[in-house]
Amino acid sequence: MSAQQRPLSPFMIGPYYKPQMTSVLSITHRATGAGLVVGTLLLVYWLAAAAIGPRAYAQAQVVLGSMLGQLFLFLWTWALFYHLANGIRHLFWDAGYGFELKDAAKSGWAVVWSSIILTLLCWLIAAP
Amino acid sequence: MSIRTPLAHVRGLGTAKDGTHHWWVQRVTSVALVPLVLWFVISLLAVSQADYETFRHWLSNPYRAGAMVALLAVMFYHASLGMQVIYEDYVRPEGAKFIALLVTQFVLFLLGAISIVAVLKIALG
Repeated sequence: MSAQQRPLSPFMIGPYYKPQMTSVLSITHRATGAGLVVGTLLLVYWLAAAAIGPRAYAQAQVVLGSMLGQLFLFLWTWALFYHLANGIRHLFWDAGYGFELKDAAKSGWAVVWSSIILTLLCWLIAAP
Repeated sequence: MSIRTPLAHVRGLGTAKDGTHHWWVQRVTSVALVPLVLWFVISLLAVSQADYETFRHWLSNPYRAGAMVALLAVMFYHASLGMQVIYEDYVRPEGAKFIALLVTQFVLFLLGAISIVAVLKIALG
């Protein structure tokens, strides 16, 4: 195979490797990161509405309080907790800890469950 | 055959000495975002249902406004760094990657500017 035809980065997604816990969590970190970027549009909209005036703010409350708005905010909350928890997991790796497969699986499940539990907890507390 | 030493051949042809800068700044911003995001989430629990006056009064506190501006600035910087890595890994060809990167960075800078001005207007207004 010449250097020109070498497979490029996302080649691990596809038929060559079966999905594993670690690789699925890794791509989810990127997906949640990109999702959070899209979600910042809502945050900017909310802050701008509060700066513009009471009518704009009331309208933003209606938009964000709608079914679709709440669904997006719920998913955004989970993405935020996932990216936060998995980000901390990455920082431990950067510092040189937790590389054993057993540890990586354990911290991975901790990320999955803490992100789900914290999301549900937030929505239970903030529920009107 | 050249009479220059091997060292003289490569001197000046190496890296720009900032190869780790992107990686490092992404880590620094992520460390900063841990407490900022936790503060943000806990705060939102308190004001998610607030009406206009209550929310503006809440955000007009200089400690909160300062934390919010810090969060927004670091968050949009971190977002820009992260999106750059995603594009570098997945977007081909080079031209499409460059345009996607440029557009995203412009948009993220604009969003950061809008949201920070909004917070400042409430805090200083």
